[in-house]
Amino acid sequence: MKFGKQLILAILGLGLVACGDQAPKTRAVYMLIDTSGTYTQELDKAQRITNYLLGTLNAGDTLALARIDSGSFSEKDMIGKVTFDIRPSTATAQKYQFKRKLDEFVAKARPSGHTDISGGVLQASEFLQETQAEEKIILVFSDLEEDLVKGHVRKFTIPLVGIKVVALNVTKLRTDNIDPRDYLERLDNWEKRVYEGGGAWKVVNDLDRLERLLNS
Amino acid sequence: MTFTDLLTTWSENPGLSMFIWAMLIITAMYLGRSSAHHLISSLARSLRGVLRMTATSLTELESRMSKRNKQVILQEGRHETERAIERDFQRVNKIVERDLGAFPSIQRKVTDTINSIEQDYQNSNETPPSPPQWLEAVETISKIQRNGDSTVDQILANIQDSIEKAHDETIKAYRKSSLDKLNVLKKMLPSWRSLSSTLSEMDKSVTDLSERSEFIDKQMQVYEKIRAEDDMVARALTSSSMTQFFIATLILAIAIMGGVINFQLIALPMSEMVGGTSAIAGWRTADIAAMVIIMVEVAMGVFLLEALQITHLFEIIQTMDDKMRKRMVVVTLLILTILATVEASLAYMRDLLALDREALSQSLAGVATGNVEFRWIPSIGQMVMGFILPFALAFVAIPLESFIHSSRTVVGLVSSSIVRALIYVSRLAGQFIWQAGKVLTHAYDMIIFLPLSVEQLVKNARRDGYKESDIYVEQPEEMGGVKS
Repeated sequence: MKFGKQLILAILGLGLVACGDQAPKTRAVYMLIDTSGTYTQELDKAQRITNYLLGTLNAGDTLALARIDSGSFSEKDMIGKVTFDIRPSTATAQKYQFKRKLDEFVAKARPSGHTDISGGVLQASEFLQETQAEEKIILVFSDLEEDLVKGHVRKFTIPLVGIKVVALNVTKLRTDNIDPRDYLERLDNWEKRVYEGGGAWKVVNDLDRLERLLNS
Repeated sequence: MTFTDLLTTWSENPGLSMFIWAMLIITAMYLGRSSAHHLISSLARSLRGVLRMTATSLTELESRMSKRNKQVILQEGRHETERAIERDFQRVNKIVERDLGAFPSIQRKVTDTINSIEQDYQNSNETPPSPPQWLEAVETISKIQRNGDSTVDQILANIQDSIEKAHDETIKAYRKSSLDKLNVLKKMLPSWRSLSSTLSEMDKSVTDLSERSEFIDKQMQVYEKIRAEDDMVARALTSSSMTQFFIATLILAIAIMGGVINFQLIALPMSEMVGGTSAIAGWRTADIAAMVIIMVEVAMGVFLLEALQITHLFEIIQTMDDKMRKRMVVVTLLILTILATVEASLAYMRDLLALDREALSQSLAGVATGNVEFRWIPSIGQMVMGFILPFALAFVAIPLESFIHSSRTVVGLVSSSIVRALIYVSRLAGQFIWQAGKVLTHAYDMIIFLPLSVEQLVKNARRDGYKESDIYVEQPEEMGGVKS
């Protein structure tokens, strides 16, 4: 009889525990924003995506934002980085602060002469590996057309083990309209580089479906 | 070897090959007919035997279970009736202590009142003052005829005056005496009223006592029936237990829903205290902390109701002395109030966090944030809910006790029903296998009907050459087994 009582109490307890959620995985997101040439005109879209990330990421998650310019393998290109506090109220305050930084960047952004996407991805990979988050994502907001400064070496395998790379808003260039194979080749090349580095690849061009960004 | 290879073993023509196969199989079956019949019969008999044995064992088990269930139900009933009788005896004791315990003083009061009334009665019996003794002589003189003599007239007039004066005084004295009697009677009125009231109280107490004793009589009758293990009482108790079980389950389900709402109220703000990312065994620590608070509230509620002797889940609390139990009531109530206050504040914090989050979402979406009117209503509502729910959850101990007690009966009944169903299935399967064995034997014979017919013809031909008594007629084989 005593065992029965204990069993019933345990069942009631478990019933209440079951109402709670399983602990979510910690996520680290590194967003690269292309600032080369006419792509600066797309910054409002990047701002929208970052706002979405701020609204979606939870306490304990990490968010970093960096620009892609002539030489992106540098901490100087980092616009902001934050690991949200475990307390929701503090995390909300951090989100406000991050949003302010983003708004300032969008207001002051100037086009860069060259586009070093590989350097940016390498910088992102290093940063994400250090966070030790359970889910690591690099968002590349670019047309994926790389234009390196003469002398910069980027033709090597970027280590991307356990990282998902998502190409966002890959716009078609004027030349792509003449020969669309250029566009497809560009995407294929990047996909190949990501897989070579041990990462996962995804392209999201429809920005009305931002929920696909973080879903696997 | 494929099926096609097998089919063309005897000839390239599949039809011919199949015919040869069929002939071979039929011949083999004809030759092994007796053994096959024995095999089928034995198999059916054994399986039927096993199933019948299973059914018999299950019947014994079911009988034992039913007996045990009845014992448990009667025991529960006996316990309940004992408690009811004990409670009623306590009430009777209280009535006796409260009303009849004061009987000597009431008796004294009644005696005093009666004495007082008697005294008053005696006092009221005093005779009124009689007129003076010489009054008759004077009255006779005053009646003497007046003969016109002024002196005599004067004397007679004086005498008349004296008589009238004496009369007036007597009347006055009489009235005074009557008034005194009335006053004495007036004094008796409160005594009468007091006596009447005391007697009414006594009557009420005696009526109460009489009603209680009738109830105790009824309970005692039930108790005696339970002791005599009466089937009707057992059935009534089972039915009552089932009803209790369903009601308790319903209330518990409502309480669990209340617990879930409570959980939702405090889970989010809990992450402010213990963090929103840490986890224990895959569950968020904040959720576990919220659940622990709710469970502690439920536990405090159980202890509170135990200490108040409303429920009887823990024997150790029941056997505690009254002073200790009173202390326990105070402590549990205090803890419950503190937890309710904590919950109310957490509910308020949840509201603030939700507001903060909403403002952030609006800011990120680029929507201007405006002041929402009557925003304080849900805030207060959440706080009140946070404060009330722990106390409401505390009462879960009552349905929990009913559920635990009645579940033993229900589990026993359900187990008995399952065993009964198994008995039925075993018997049915046994019978089915037995009949299937018979059908299989006939089906076997049907396949080899050709050689059997030839055999029958040969036998008939032989029989025509013998005398009736020389002919042996093969009896159809009976299948053995235990008679059902």
